[in-house]
Amino acid sequence: MSVVADVNVRTSDVLTVRGLTVTVRDKTLVSDVDLSVGPGERVGLIGESGSGKSLTALSVLGLLPEDVTASGSVRLTGVDHELIGADERRMSRVRGRRLAMVFQEPMTALNPTMRIGDQIAEAMLIHGTRPGRGAARAAAVELLERVQLPPDTLRAYPHQLSGGQRQRVVLALALANDPALLICDEPTTALDVTVQALVLDLIVKGVVARAAALLFITHDLAVVATVCERVLVMYGGRVVESGPVGEVFTRPRHRYTEGLLAASDLETTQRRLTTIPGNVPPAGQFPSGCVFRTRCRHATEVCATTPPWTGSETTGFACHHPAEAVDD
Amino acid sequence: MIIRLIERTAVLLVSLVVSSVLVFAFMAVLPGDPARVALGVNASDEAVAELRRQFGLGRPLPTQYFDWLGGLLRGDFGTSYVSKAEIGPQVFDRFQVTLWLVLAGMVIALVVAAPAGTVMAARHRKVSGLALSAISQLGVAVPAFLAGILLIMLFAVKLGWLPANGWTPPAQDPGMFVRQLILPALSLGLVQGAVLTRYVRSAVLDVLREDYLRTARAKGLRPFPALWRHGIRNAAVPVVTVLGLQLATLLIGAVVVERVFVIPGLGSLLLDGVSNRDLLLVQDVVMVLVVAVLVVNFLVDLLYVALDPRLRVGSR
Repeated sequence: MSVVADVNVRTSDVLTVRGLTVTVRDKTLVSDVDLSVGPGERVGLIGESGSGKSLTALSVLGLLPEDVTASGSVRLTGVDHELIGADERRMSRVRGRRLAMVFQEPMTALNPTMRIGDQIAEAMLIHGTRPGRGAARAAAVELLERVQLPPDTLRAYPHQLSGGQRQRVVLALALANDPALLICDEPTTALDVTVQALVLDLIVKGVVARAAALLFITHDLAVVATVCERVLVMYGGRVVESGPVGEVFTRPRHRYTEGLLAASDLETTQRRLTTIPGNVPPAGQFPSGCVFRTRCRHATEVCATTPPWTGSETTGFACHHPAEAVDD
Repeated sequence: MIIRLIERTAVLLVSLVVSSVLVFAFMAVLPGDPARVALGVNASDEAVAELRRQFGLGRPLPTQYFDWLGGLLRGDFGTSYVSKAEIGPQVFDRFQVTLWLVLAGMVIALVVAAPAGTVMAARHRKVSGLALSAISQLGVAVPAFLAGILLIMLFAVKLGWLPANGWTPPAQDPGMFVRQLILPALSLGLVQGAVLTRYVRSAVLDVLREDYLRTARAKGLRPFPALWRHGIRNAAVPVVTVLGLQLATLLIGAVVVERVFVIPGLGSLLLDGVSNRDLLLVQDVVMVLVVAVLVVNFLVDLLYVALDPRLRVGSR
């Protein structure tokens, strides 16, 4: 999408991503992604696996795997330098302090040989946000309490906790320094359904209490609907549609979003769910022009050219043959 | 944890008993009469019979076994059939020498392998990592005795910095002890270090791929501090295993290196025992080496427990 077409660029945004492109060797995995998250705003990033959601998050954090490179611009409020290409010394001051992340797999996210308390306290001691070890430990108890874990969790080792408990610990240490932005990458995908609701609730409460912004990555539309206010739909390494959750989910414009919603329509009266024909192409092998055209029923010749972005940055889509807009 | 301790202790005791039976049985099934072997083919039948009577070699094998084992437990290693000298004090003296040599070799191996392996892993795609890899590959290929000879040629013969051979007990002259220890310890340690480096490298590489290391980075730790605080302890577990196994190799290596550097250790005692056909001496020395390896591996098991809380603290 193009920045020029965007008439209302918001200046107070917490996170501003412009033209983010991620490549590995000669393959492009994420193309030209623009994305903004306002203060205290909860934004969802949805798409199938391989759509580039996680890579987008890791680029923001500067923790891409060694052979993967990002270009473009990522700016974070309160940080006076560009995050893309910033050296380790500068990035390490941003990570865990201004910007924190909760990863998908809670079972392996914590160091098995270190007590929970030490792992949480460390997050604060690295950035000097608490005066000393004692204060950091006291703060850790409070953080654990806020994610509804008892104080004696401090002395526990990760293997003594369940997946849901571990994910709450990861959340506690991510929020330890009151970051301006919390990124969650499929934080509940690996958890039991019963535990999911609790963890989602704690994530929302945690960011709301701190007035922190949230970038929430998932493939689960229901989760986005509960957690987020605004949503970006990614496919083939591009943002294909964005807008307020209610609007995108009830009146999708991009044909991919439409298919995605039909495929996950829980209120369907039909016995079989509608699926999107074909498969997601392997990474880096998406068609030119519209990335969705090989699976789209509405595709025509014009789809071989990259569809322009229609609408504003926060609400819009990139499709040559959009679903019809419904007037209220 | 206590269950594990009991279990490991039981394993150690059983291994000790089984290995003592094996060592004894192995010596017992050797062809020829031990007395005849000790005295040589030219000895008279009377002399052989006298020796057999003197050492009770005519008794049933189980009696001889329990007699030998009971002696070992009391610290009595028996009397040599050949020199008629007490074996115990010799083994004890020589064991101390070999212990110094092996310990020094182990320390050198660790001091070389820990940083080299870590750098190789952290820079496995960079030139410096590949260069270290090539050097360690070379080190793995060099046998300890050859390393010893090369070291003597360079540091003793050519440069004259260190003595080429000999041994001085530390109590007698600490300075000389250290000077004489350096080259043999290096020839043992560098080769073992090269092998160990490969294991450290793969252990650290595994840890670098772990999610918790990414969590540590996401907290704001830079790559090296993250590896140091969160990786080393986790990487230590497989490395310690190898270290325990390497001790056996080090003891074998010591046998050869003691020959090269003319050091009166357990290895040269063993070789002397073999060439003098002193069967009981050989049997005792082999048993001492077996016990050393078993005990070290027992200690390694305990070290796991110290390193990994998953083995120590049960689920709640």
